[in-house]
Amino acid sequence: MNDTSPSIATKRQPVADKAPWSLADFVLRWESILVLLLIAVVIGNTWRSPYFLDIYNLSDATQNFAEKAIVALPMALLILVREIDLSVAAIIALASLMTGLAAQAGVPAPLLFLVGPLVGMACGLFNGTLVTRIGLPSIVVTIGTMSLFRGIAQVVLGDQVIATYPSGYTDYGQSYLIKWPPLYLSFIIFLVLAVVFALVLHRTAFGRKLYAIGNNPVAARFSGIPVERIRFWLFVLTGLLAGLAAALLTARIGSTRPNIALGWELEIITMVILGGVSIAGGSGTIHGVMLAVFIIGLIIFGLSLLNVPGIVISVLLGTLLILSLAAPLLLRRLLRR
Amino acid sequence: MSILSLSHISKSFPGVRALHDISFELEAGMVTALIGENGAGKSTIVKILTGIYTPDKGTLTVNGTQRSFSSPRDSWAAGIAAIHQETVMFDELSVAENIFMGHMPTGKGNLVDWPEMRRRTAGLLQRVEANFGPDTKLKDLSVAQKHLVEIMRALSHDASLIIMDEPTAALSRNEIEDLFRIVAQLKAEGRAIVFISHKFDEIFAVADRYVCLRDGEKVGEGDIKQVTEPELVRLMVGRPIDQVFPKRDIAIGNAVLSVKDFSNATEFADISFELHRGEILGFYGLVGAGRSEVMQCLFGLSAPARGSIVLEGKPVSFSAPDQSIAAGIAYVPEDRQHQGAVLPMGIRDNVTLASILQHVRGLFLNRHSEQDAVRKLGTRLDVRAANWEQRLQELSGGNQQKVVIAKWLATKPKVIILDEPTKGIDVGSKAAVHDFIGELAEEGLAVILVSSELPEIMGLSDRVVVMREGRIVSTFARNSWSAEAIVGAATGAREAA
Amino acid sequence: MSFILRNREIALAIIIALMVTGIGIYAPPFVSPDNISYVLDDTSILFMMVLGQMMVILTRGIDLSVASNIALSGMISASLAESSPNLPVITYIALAIVTGTILGLINGSLIAFVGIPPIVMTLGTLAAFRGLIVVYGGGNQVNASEMGAVFQGFPKIPILGVTSTFWIMVALSIGVFVFLNMTRAGRGLYAVGGNPEAARYCGIDLSRQQLLVYTLSGAIAGLCGYLWTARYGVAYSEIASGFELTVIAACVIGGVSIAGGVGTVPGALLGALFLGVIVNALPVMQITPFWQMAISGFVILTAVILNARSEKRGIKLILPEARRAAGGTP
Repeated sequence: MNDTSPSIATKRQPVADKAPWSLADFVLRWESILVLLLIAVVIGNTWRSPYFLDIYNLSDATQNFAEKAIVALPMALLILVREIDLSVAAIIALASLMTGLAAQAGVPAPLLFLVGPLVGMACGLFNGTLVTRIGLPSIVVTIGTMSLFRGIAQVVLGDQVIATYPSGYTDYGQSYLIKWPPLYLSFIIFLVLAVVFALVLHRTAFGRKLYAIGNNPVAARFSGIPVERIRFWLFVLTGLLAGLAAALLTARIGSTRPNIALGWELEIITMVILGGVSIAGGSGTIHGVMLAVFIIGLIIFGLSLLNVPGIVISVLLGTLLILSLAAPLLLRRLLRR
Repeated sequence: MSILSLSHISKSFPGVRALHDISFELEAGMVTALIGENGAGKSTIVKILTGIYTPDKGTLTVNGTQRSFSSPRDSWAAGIAAIHQETVMFDELSVAENIFMGHMPTGKGNLVDWPEMRRRTAGLLQRVEANFGPDTKLKDLSVAQKHLVEIMRALSHDASLIIMDEPTAALSRNEIEDLFRIVAQLKAEGRAIVFISHKFDEIFAVADRYVCLRDGEKVGEGDIKQVTEPELVRLMVGRPIDQVFPKRDIAIGNAVLSVKDFSNATEFADISFELHRGEILGFYGLVGAGRSEVMQCLFGLSAPARGSIVLEGKPVSFSAPDQSIAAGIAYVPEDRQHQGAVLPMGIRDNVTLASILQHVRGLFLNRHSEQDAVRKLGTRLDVRAANWEQRLQELSGGNQQKVVIAKWLATKPKVIILDEPTKGIDVGSKAAVHDFIGELAEEGLAVILVSSELPEIMGLSDRVVVMREGRIVSTFARNSWSAEAIVGAATGAREAA
Repeated sequence: MSFILRNREIALAIIIALMVTGIGIYAPPFVSPDNISYVLDDTSILFMMVLGQMMVILTRGIDLSVASNIALSGMISASLAESSPNLPVITYIALAIVTGTILGLINGSLIAFVGIPPIVMTLGTLAAFRGLIVVYGGGNQVNASEMGAVFQGFPKIPILGVTSTFWIMVALSIGVFVFLNMTRAGRGLYAVGGNPEAARYCGIDLSRQQLLVYTLSGAIAGLCGYLWTARYGVAYSEIASGFELTVIAACVIGGVSIAGGVGTVPGALLGALFLGVIVNALPVMQITPFWQMAISGFVILTAVILNARSEKRGIKLILPEARRAAGGTP
């Protein structure tokens, strides 16, 4: 020990501020791969279908994914902190039901938009409490609440359909909010939220805390980050935005059935995972999720232009999800050799 | 007869030389005590013997044939069994299954022969004079009983070498006596036993031979009857302490923190001490004496305890670390990999993690402000890295620890608690950290140093608080201590002065 | 009393018995031998699926693709029956099992050897397998009239008052019970799930265990694919949709811990029986079947909350008096 002490002061290399820029790193970044994939999807679609690049068609395409994409944003944050919410589609069903009941009770159109988010928030509070206060695994809790929330919707609705929505409400879902460029409300909300989420995650102290929790929840707690409180509020946020998605979805299709948004949780989680958010927590970006949203949205839209049935598309999406995880794992194994 | 011999074993990890040219033999029917301070290389030897690590150099010879283990399975097959400090077994399974997992007796149609397994378990239970049944679930046993299960697991395999890694750490007096009786029995059967313990009374009670390690090298071995406790301590600790740690001359200021009658239900009781500006207060004790638990509770990590904490004249109590951080307390935890560092994140993000709000301008984080902080602290702590964005997992243990300390300095604390700050880091970084601890005190910080390394504690502290079994057993001042007295107080081997 | 509370199988059995008694008092036909035999037959597929899922969950995994596996295996088997309706019935069954096994192998090999997290892997195959039904069958539906009598008749053959489906379930339960309790590999599943690190010390290989359980889970789903399509006389892309959640729910109710390493065959079967009784009691109690989902959600949540309560948090016992109080010294 004696002989090593003096060397400390003498041998000192300057430490660079930033990691050196490397082309390989940049190209191998997940987001770069997604960009290439998106370009491929656009080219493929344009080549196969002359209707694809029509601005009105593209705008209509956003109707098919914007609501899911809105929920994918908070889901990305949840998965980032090592939690998951499988009940989002069921929350949408329950929120849509309550919106329907409110409409039947004569609640005026603008206020109808508040019902969904409020119901969703309540559902999120319930999930969050069970997971963070009682300490139950989120996957089991949300499988349970998935049955419970949709079950309640089913009990109330039976095999009935609520389709008595005022046009002042459905217009928001069915016609352009902005005429040129033609944009629907749901897509505008998604874009605004995506920017907000990206800024929060990548530019604020809160975002940094989320990464710390996802990478090492224990060290995060030791560093003064209120891990469980943050997780709790992320569940509430996820519920809230699922409720907002329900409001938009209900306005768009103008009706509520018990099977509304059935299976959406899988598509939403696929968007998040394909976007590069690690299911183990701690890594992922909002721009990655946005790219995945567009890739999935445009694949589905392009294939539906070609009259491919939706269920066949799910083969492609399922495979894409698995490949998106397998590829980096296999690549890493190859590189290690 | 030698059951196992190690010859010229060396093992290094990035930046750390864990073992260097270690050779010794383990004899049948003998208990060999492996002694040394934390970080001396004992656990690396255990891991090499149990097949978790493969040595870089040197050979293992088991019963006359040279062997190399590539997995725990190989070591097990060679007749080596280890009983670990923290039992690693299956809580939800029965005693019999825990004993025979991986080598269950099978009968007709390759089906597990439960009656045979129970019968053999019952035989083993009788041998160790246990008072529980083969079908008891492991989770229903006490720690001592779980130890017995591990011992039976070793016996079930007829292991010729049994490694006991601090087997008494969590046992009561009676349980320890039971254990020693079993050890004597194993010895009589001609097995070789490696006994690792920090408690000298136990070593003298049970061992025949000793092998002493220091900084990864063997510094002595011999017959236990030929040495005395002070000689062993000197061997472990090595050179005279004052030379290694030039203690700085710092004026002790006013009391910053005073803790009175701090107690919780199961971990510690009646903890009272005062900490002053510029003072380094050492906390010494055996592993599991409750030192970390006190510090974590103080820091707001566990449920609040009874008693009072007064920080700079104001009574305080923390229910979460963000409150204690805001009040000016910093805690560098013991387990660097799990509690201290966020390994997949970069140096910069780690350093600013606990003080992130200092870098918020308006709504957003300011990169330049973070950059400045990291450059300042990183340079001050002499972090060796390619760039400040490098991930912690790519750094050596010593540099990781410097980053963790930098993180806590960034919170501008008044009191800094360092829990085993040099555990598992290389000698160079160790010296840098020691130097730095002195520097902090000089700047007027109040420092609590929790360490199981006697030279570190004695070299740096102004006073030393010794804990045993959750209580403070004595406090020593710099001018009136001796290594023997401190170790004696910690082990309870003799009444503390 | 404390023994009953500690033993969840007995507690669950008592709850089910009380439930059945209550329903029987309210609606006596519910406890008639005919109806009991019907309920057992109706729940048999769930019983079998729960066994496969339990083995997966024991290793800390999850298989979300089982319902899609049922639908795809059922469709492939039914298509064979449609094109050649007079083969021996074992051919259809074997085809379904082989299909299911291959699907399980796909899950297992990617999880075990590539390291894809089970939840994501089976989420992907949940979508992919169901889509393949349409790719394979061109979106067509195989109806009862097209399957032939051989294909449809077998699961309904009455033996000793219950159907052959029930007896298949009994045989499978015994098989799984023997495997889990009487073989090294079976006990190894508990070891791997209970403490993967310690299992490695005991020489138990996690990858091989994973491959095994996902393949078994797939094989059972394949068998159930045949039984499902033959029993209900229809094969199309939507059958058994969402059934994976019912299966997982039954596991959770039956005391299978999602954290791995905990679960028994009797427990899992009772969990399935619990849901089976509820589903079949609703019409008898004149409650609309729409209550089913909400009730099962409620039951899952209750079950996990009760589980969490019974698990004590690890507190360190350092003070000698605390250790004595906890009974550390025998």
